[in-house]
Amino acid sequence: MSELNTSGMDAAASPFWPRVTPGQRLVLAVLFVAIAMLGFMTLNVRAGWAFTLPFRAEKVAAMALVGFAIALSTVLFQTLTHNRILTPGIMGFDALYMLLQSILLLTLGRLFYSQLNPHIKWLCEVMLMTGALCGLYYWLFLRQKRDLHVLILVGIIFGTLFRSVNSLITRMMDPADFDVLQDVMFASFNRIDSPLLGIAAFLVAVISAWVWRQRFQLDVLLLGDAPAINLGLNQKRLTLQLLVAIAVLVSVSTALVGPVTFFGLLVANLAYAIAGSHQHRFILPMATLLAVATLIGGQAVLEHLLHFGTSLSIVVEFVGGLFFLWLVIQQGRR
Amino acid sequence: MIQVTSVTKHYGDTPVLRSVSLTLPNEGVTALIGPNGAGKSTLLGIMSRLQKPDSGQVLIDNLDVHSTDNALLARKLAILRQDNPISLRLTVFELVAFGRYPYSQGRLTDEDTNQINQALGYLNLHSLQHRFLDELSGGQRQRACIAMVLCQNTDYLLLDEPLNNLDMKHAVDIMKLLRRAADELGKHIVLVLHDINFASCYADTIVAMDQGSIAHQGTPDELMTPAIMRDLYGIEMSIQRIQNKPVGFYHL
Repeated sequence: MSELNTSGMDAAASPFWPRVTPGQRLVLAVLFVAIAMLGFMTLNVRAGWAFTLPFRAEKVAAMALVGFAIALSTVLFQTLTHNRILTPGIMGFDALYMLLQSILLLTLGRLFYSQLNPHIKWLCEVMLMTGALCGLYYWLFLRQKRDLHVLILVGIIFGTLFRSVNSLITRMMDPADFDVLQDVMFASFNRIDSPLLGIAAFLVAVISAWVWRQRFQLDVLLLGDAPAINLGLNQKRLTLQLLVAIAVLVSVSTALVGPVTFFGLLVANLAYAIAGSHQHRFILPMATLLAVATLIGGQAVLEHLLHFGTSLSIVVEFVGGLFFLWLVIQQGRR
Repeated sequence: MIQVTSVTKHYGDTPVLRSVSLTLPNEGVTALIGPNGAGKSTLLGIMSRLQKPDSGQVLIDNLDVHSTDNALLARKLAILRQDNPISLRLTVFELVAFGRYPYSQGRLTDEDTNQINQALGYLNLHSLQHRFLDELSGGQRQRACIAMVLCQNTDYLLLDEPLNNLDMKHAVDIMKLLRRAADELGKHIVLVLHDINFASCYADTIVAMDQGSIAHQGTPDELMTPAIMRDLYGIEMSIQRIQNKPVGFYHL
């Protein structure tokens, strides 16, 4: 059995270091992840090792999981929409998350909201968001034509709608309630709740295993509608399954750390540029490895070298936002 | 055998196919001709399951193309559309390898590699196989796409205007190649053509469509008459026999 390409054949797909094969690139990415983890675990240890290592290990696990889920969901979403600018976040997802939080707070009350069993609250959030997203995407993809302009427009309109309803609700809120709400409205990679990690990791692992089995189908999907039907792909079923997978992944990551808009865009496009192949069996691992390395490495530098505390999300969003603008301008030029 | 039974299709309120019924022979080259808007591409799209009819049925070897398992059909018929905007940066080899997906699901066996090499050889693409599609000329890219569908190893090959945007040399090359594939590999090729002379020189059967219906069906000799051409295209055409093929002249 030889797989779809032989080495060297499509290494030239990347403008960077054309002689390095996609497999070697993945090994390099694994090395980066290892270095980032090592850095985060061992830099600037003040308390004893016995305390620091488990404490930081938990954070590393959480960041790895979130980075993994965001990268995976973004690549899948971009394969599904055949474009490299849209992400679930840009499609108004963060706004839906915040709206959901406000509604929960408003209907349940501050005390109850804070005392809610975190597992149950989190599972409810994941289920609600998955349901809402599936409904939205299902309508967008299967009922409407997959027209990029319509998609972006709908994303913007839904985002605005969610944000407006959200701001209406927050205006009606008790100031003390609002205080609680503000706490969950900004992404933080330091706030991750460890008991939730187990279930989240399980969900993500199940989905990843399924996605890995579909890696060749995803390549065919990327060829376009007519070629995919011609090659015998069950496009409708795959689209639906992908939507569910994406919705769960995004819900998991957003419920864990809060809204992150541009991070997925950044790592997915980095992966396209340096994976050295268009095939999902290289793109998917590359994107997830890059995401994990960026999150953990960035946090290591900010927290342990520069002592900045929790501002990684701001840095990532700033860089990612600039990158998004650059992509849009690039596309406009073509 | 391809059997089309009372297929209708509307785009909005405009009827595109008006209860089309058609039976196509088992082998050889069949050309669909007719003026713009006659419904040729739509009929081909419905025959190949890319589009759904409003009503009616298409059977290929007694399988209903709109209800049979898609993966099974991918080993029976292959379709190539006129516009193939492939956004991926693929090499010729990688594109052709996709033709084996219905058999290998992405993991190529030695048998698959053989078939890919055969298809590349058949279309004279070996020297280009490591080039990227966006580095190729229109004719070369069209050949690569045809190699992909040939690689699918199907009995039926449906092509929507395969000569679009090709110069005369490349158009002749593609037609010769399709003729060879029909004669040597026993494929049944159905293609939409705009140039009636290509249809008359290379096809065994011509199906002429007009305003969403089948107007005529027959051999090139039966169809290439001034009366039928006037009826179909509304122009005066003188039909000459050149190298024993009927050729229409209408350019003056």
